[in-house]
Amino acid sequence: MDIVKLTAIEMREKLKNKEISSKEIVNAHFDRIEEIEGDLNSFITLTKEEALRAADRVDNKIKNGENLGILAGIPVGVKDNIITKDIRTTCGSKILENFIPPYEATVIEKIKNADGIILGKTNMDEFAASYSTETSYFGVTKNPIDRDRVPGGSSGGSTAAIKAGEVALALGSDTGGSNRQPASYCGVVGIKPTYGLVSRYGLISLANSLDQIGTFGRNVADAALMLEAIVGQDAKDPTSMDIEKVDYLGRLKEGIEGMKIALPKEYMSMDIDNRVKEQIMKSVKLLEKLGGEVEEVSLPHSEHAWSTYYLIVVSEISSNMARFDGIRYGYRTKDYETLDELYINSRTEGFGEEIKRSIIAGTYILSSKKGKEYYNKALKVRTLIKEDFDKVFEEYDIVLAPTTPNLPFKIGDSVKNPFEMYNSGIFNIPANLAGLCAISLPCGYVDGLPVGLQIMGDRFKELNILKAAYAFEEELSIGGER
Amino acid sequence: MVSKEEVKQTAEMCKLKLSQEETDIFIAMFSNVLEQVEKLNTVDTDGVEALNFLNLKEKSLREDIVEDSLNREEVLKNAPEQEYGYFKLLRVMD
Amino acid sequence: MGYKTIIGLEIHVELMTKTKIFCSCINAFGGDANTHCCPVCLGLPGSIPKLNKAVLEYGIRAGIAFNCQIADYVKMDKKHYFYPDLVKGYQTSQDDRPLCRDGYVEIENEAGSKKIGLQRIHIEEDTGKSIHTEGGDTLIDYNRAGVPLIEIVTKPDINTSEEARMFLENLRNTLKYIEVSDCKMEEGSLRCDVNINVIDTETGNKTNITELKNLNSFKAVVNAIEYEEKRHIDYLERGENTIKETRRWNELENKTLVMRGKGGTENYRYSVDVDVLPVKIDRDWIEEIKNNLPELPHHKKERFIKEYDLPEYDAGVLTQSKEIAQFYEETNRYAKDPKQVSNWIMGDVLRRLNDEELEVEDLKFKPKDLADLIGFINNGKISNNIGKKVLRDMFETGEKPEEIIKKKGLIQISDEGELKGIVEKVLHENQQSIIDYRNGKDRALGFLIGQVMKSTRGKANPQMVNEMVKEMIEKR
Repeated sequence: MDIVKLTAIEMREKLKNKEISSKEIVNAHFDRIEEIEGDLNSFITLTKEEALRAADRVDNKIKNGENLGILAGIPVGVKDNIITKDIRTTCGSKILENFIPPYEATVIEKIKNADGIILGKTNMDEFAASYSTETSYFGVTKNPIDRDRVPGGSSGGSTAAIKAGEVALALGSDTGGSNRQPASYCGVVGIKPTYGLVSRYGLISLANSLDQIGTFGRNVADAALMLEAIVGQDAKDPTSMDIEKVDYLGRLKEGIEGMKIALPKEYMSMDIDNRVKEQIMKSVKLLEKLGGEVEEVSLPHSEHAWSTYYLIVVSEISSNMARFDGIRYGYRTKDYETLDELYINSRTEGFGEEIKRSIIAGTYILSSKKGKEYYNKALKVRTLIKEDFDKVFEEYDIVLAPTTPNLPFKIGDSVKNPFEMYNSGIFNIPANLAGLCAISLPCGYVDGLPVGLQIMGDRFKELNILKAAYAFEEELSIGGER
Repeated sequence: MVSKEEVKQTAEMCKLKLSQEETDIFIAMFSNVLEQVEKLNTVDTDGVEALNFLNLKEKSLREDIVEDSLNREEVLKNAPEQEYGYFKLLRVMD
Repeated sequence: MGYKTIIGLEIHVELMTKTKIFCSCINAFGGDANTHCCPVCLGLPGSIPKLNKAVLEYGIRAGIAFNCQIADYVKMDKKHYFYPDLVKGYQTSQDDRPLCRDGYVEIENEAGSKKIGLQRIHIEEDTGKSIHTEGGDTLIDYNRAGVPLIEIVTKPDINTSEEARMFLENLRNTLKYIEVSDCKMEEGSLRCDVNINVIDTETGNKTNITELKNLNSFKAVVNAIEYEEKRHIDYLERGENTIKETRRWNELENKTLVMRGKGGTENYRYSVDVDVLPVKIDRDWIEEIKNNLPELPHHKKERFIKEYDLPEYDAGVLTQSKEIAQFYEETNRYAKDPKQVSNWIMGDVLRRLNDEELEVEDLKFKPKDLADLIGFINNGKISNNIGKKVLRDMFETGEKPEEIIKKKGLIQISDEGELKGIVEKVLHENQQSIIDYRNGKDRALGFLIGQVMKSTRGKANPQMVNEMVKEMIEKR
């Protein structure tokens, strides 16, 4: 039995049945990590000791016949922009290279309470502000499917680790596709929950009004399991909402007979790689075959999503990055005589190029008259984009789209053509702007590279997208390695 | 289009310094972005409210009840420099 | 020739809520450095602010007390600038939609009463505090970071330093009355910046506005305004204009100096803080706060006039601070002699406090003690003059009046037989004075009475002595 190839749910069952111990599971994964990590670089920090201690606790619980949490014994990777108490949290940045938080993110508390085992902190684009995991201060992560290619980003470390069997489940964060795009590129399942379903307390903000912690698994059920473990209103995050808990796993298999499925015509007429488009059209057929009723709809403001997103995201980035000044924590320059030099040199040396560009762009937007006008316009267009979706969801249960318009690109290509990379999030951004839930799951392979299907759902209607994704995955049976 | 001078002033405002080359790259990219963004002006937003908050709720306020703070060791744990329980900056001229 | 000075004030007041504005850390002055801190008030990445309901309530209280309109809904905005005291690179404050707007504070000047308009009152967070060591290092304490503030901005309605002082005293008095802040300038819980310029009323020429900072007392505010008034007028007289700048008050040199490094207007890049959800301010809630509002100073004054039948002047003095008013009412509860109590407090008590620059809270004796003292005078146990002496002891030692009287043997001699003997003795020893008195020298009577008082060390009942001396001279 190759433990690392099991799904998370299988691992848990075998653990409960005492076929394997938690310690064995952890060790098997660290063996895998040792074997592959040198080349893959999915992790920034590994926490083997803590993981083994946690495994002991789980094994003891089993021995004593105590109740087990829903993540019992399952190895989890955590994106390094989620705060872990006493464990270095870097955001993929030199500026936080040595930052050891004195507190715990709510989702981490939940994972620990559910008996999940955290193996380490995964690599990411610096501050989650890009789409390739190449901008990490801690080096590039490779795509396990084709190691010349990027895993996508910004949660590329998490998706690569899952695909490569270094962990069974992982957390990411999604501001403009950072969960879904790398899930698509690595051929795994990634969920971006509705804004407010999962507490953001302890998620280092990129753009507060767009960020949401999301989950990964090698199949839909696993990703749903991870989600089930972390949902819930949190007193520490006022933007988290009190939503009645849904038994995702129990209801996954309900099927999609009669489900109303929308296909936005604007999306399909955008600039999409034909090979990707073909896979998506095949997927549409498959969903119809499963009983879904697919119809074309219109999201009239789609073409403005990118500009709207850009203006909001850089503005929020410039504000969020202002606290990194080298005074209370984080990187401080050696080279300063004045206060201004302390600020400028610490920040200039501590931040990478890409995030610096975003900060300056956002500062320009918020400080100039013209920029502020654009920004205020974008906030209004955001309302229109959300209303487009509200209207569609009055009649439809889910909305289909490609996860990305392209296939995973080669490492280094994004530097040559940054706009193509930004473009890879074009179908992801709308769900963040409107605060919707969405899932990406593998729907086929082109030249050995995975294509992701994106299913979007109305706010807090995760069950719809999960049911559709599950039915689709069952029929296609390429999703999980089982 | 943004000028080098504008980029320099903006960078100063957010306490960053760009090299000549970085400035050129920024201007090239950002000018492209601004061109795209300009298209937003074609959208009719008369009477449309700005969207700042996705979630609204009745009770988002906290009651005025004291809870424990962090202990000082934890507060100072990540300080690049500290002394006598304070965060410290070496002699800087204001 | 005439000049008109135009003054606007910006006052920051720390609220006396139990916890900070966005986290549950204690809101208390002092404490060991960096011990009132948590991820939220330290601005650690990943932390999320959560607005304290009491901060809104206190802000609304101030708004009601100062006759403001209260906003329908509240959101918070981020005001960006870099400073070591500021943990997030921005201060969470309010930009375009302050909690309260358009109020006023009424002051009484020679011309009668005048309304000083308030532009706005908004809520925001305080910053940490830096201290500079002798070696030039900076040490930072973030205990104050996240302490709730209201910023009160006046309209430019103030025209003299005296008006500014009266306005500030009124404002402070009211804020203390409604239990919004302790307003201790020495602890920084009330801070005041001044905007000032001068207009030549004939030519219409006016100077550029100067912003004054580092004003640590009302006296400093007054002195700085007077200094700047002259400086601005000098410029106008020379046909020049001042530079629009920020200056700090230098207490030692008694002048204002240009503050370094604040050239040009700062661009704060305001944006909405999307983590703090907007709050609808229910009109019912405002009503409830209004109904529970502690009595305002002018209401209290009116009540004192009515309830205690006090002259307006007395009522004004006694309600100048909440503590004095409280001391008065409590004393009177025991003494049940409103005018006497008022006389004692306005006279001996407040005079002594003023002389020693103390507050009512610093008194060593209790209202009950003062009431007892007044009781002893009223029932003739001691004389008024002895009473003043006893009060002096009470000031110094805090001892009960009863004990002081007993210990020092100050009980008034009202026994006729005893007094007769003493008077007889004094008359016997001062024959010449009797003759003088009979010859119409009234002063001689005063001398004789004085001798009686002296030989009883002031304990003789003065009224009785007065009558007895006259009577016994007649009889001789």
